Amino acid sequence: MTSTRKLAKEKMMVVEGSYAVAHAVKVCRPNVISAYPITPQTHIVEDLSQFMADGEIPNCEYINVESEFSALSALVGASAAGARTYSATTSQGLELMHEVLFNVSGMRLPIVMTVANRAVSAPINIWNDQQDSISQRDTGWIQMHAEDPQEAADMVAQSFRIAEDRDVLLPVMPCMDAFVLSHVYEPMVLLEQDLVDEYLPPFEPEFVLDPKNPRTFGAFADPSTYTEFRYLQAKAMDKALEKVEEAANEFNEVFGRYYGGLIDEYEEEDAEIVIVAMGSIIGTVKDVIDKLRSKGEKVGLLKVRSFRPFPIEAVRKALKDARVIVVLDKNISMGLNEGALCTEIKACLYNTDIDAPVIGFMIGHGGRDVPPSTINHIIDQARDVMSSGITVESQFTDVREELI
Amino acid sequence: MKILPGGVCEPRSTMVNKTGGWRTYRPVFDYNKCIKCKLCELLCPDMSVLPRDDGFFEIDYDFCKGCGICANECPKDAIEMVLEEK
Repeated sequence: MTSTRKLAKEKMMVVEGSYAVAHAVKVCRPNVISAYPITPQTHIVEDLSQFMADGEIPNCEYINVESEFSALSALVGASAAGARTYSATTSQGLELMHEVLFNVSGMRLPIVMTVANRAVSAPINIWNDQQDSISQRDTGWIQMHAEDPQEAADMVAQSFRIAEDRDVLLPVMPCMDAFVLSHVYEPMVLLEQDLVDEYLPPFEPEFVLDPKNPRTFGAFADPSTYTEFRYLQAKAMDKALEKVEEAANEFNEVFGRYYGGLIDEYEEEDAEIVIVAMGSIIGTVKDVIDKLRSKGEKVGLLKVRSFRPFPIEAVRKALKDARVIVVLDKNISMGLNEGALCTEIKACLYNTDIDAPVIGFMIGHGGRDVPPSTINHIIDQARDVMSSGITVESQFTDVREELI
Repeated sequence: MKILPGGVCEPRSTMVNKTGGWRTYRPVFDYNKCIKCKLCELLCPDMSVLPRDDGFFEIDYDFCKGCGICANECPKDAIEMVLEEK
């Protein structure tokens, strides 16, 4: 199944991506929100503050804090006490949370936190790339990437559903590209309260932090038990693979919109060149593919929606007939000098019969624009690989040689 | 014992996990010097100094981590820290 959108025109409104996300949070009926403003996430939490001030979120407390570290720490306590909790952050704020991210996932708290993907300092840069969330890939959070503002908003409801599932109980980080999605105004359908109530059951944790019935949360584990906690987290990630699909399918049934589950495919079936990407770049790639397909060129797209858990089987199935695999990354793992998605794609094809060359392109760092011409240029290079073999595995795109 | 996801523990888990094995030095009372002042009982951070019926105290070696606060604070030097040996 590829993406479908039944968007009733009479329901559509032109709103900012951040507003659509904030509105989605509101109708998910959160009990505690805590966040610290940081560009480009600020509009989300400003809109939530406004909803609170207007009394539009019943039974909810908005905790003002002095840092991102405290914002997420406040939610640790709130979530353990049984509250549905939400935060949003980006870039340096997310990196400041690093320690707490592990606490949240280790304590199995289903916190949902939108990340408006932004580059990290230094040099300081407020524009979009995905280095911030990619750098948190091993913290035990489910990490999903949205293609457009509508998906980013819808992903909030899906995230709560996945996170709070008793078989999962892991935090979820729905990611949206900074500015490109967070600040763009588009016609969108705001999530309907009655449909969300149908889709998302109330949060009913098995254990709650309650002075009347005292328990210890996140207790000490010595070498005789620590391994088993990690094992259970890994098992929950495995379980999340099917829950991500389930959340997307049932969302489609209730709302009539589907963006893929773990992955989505576009013109992929007979494609010789398959582009693998995440986030807002998907739209540009689709446009380029449409043009090339009209000329009869077999180019397709594999959109990775769930970066953690990484959908190994789905990716293998999608790439089994590709002749060249092109991976686009808005991040870099320094020292390996390739993007994280490229590394994962190569890793999951090893030990299989798929032996198509994988070439990686690092694009759009610090908000560098990625026009269709760049994608076309990358596809030209993929054609060269198809005819004469691989020469460079991973490379920067559009480097301005004159500055170096 | 079964572990619960997230490390959720019922109360009194510290009674189950014995920590005496962490000890390097063990406190040993000299009851000839002890004046039953209770300072060791009051200052023990692990509640490992237990009162006896005769008014003296004894150490709960299942939980005493050998921090030595009792010996350091004893006004009569009635507690000696003795190296643990296998």
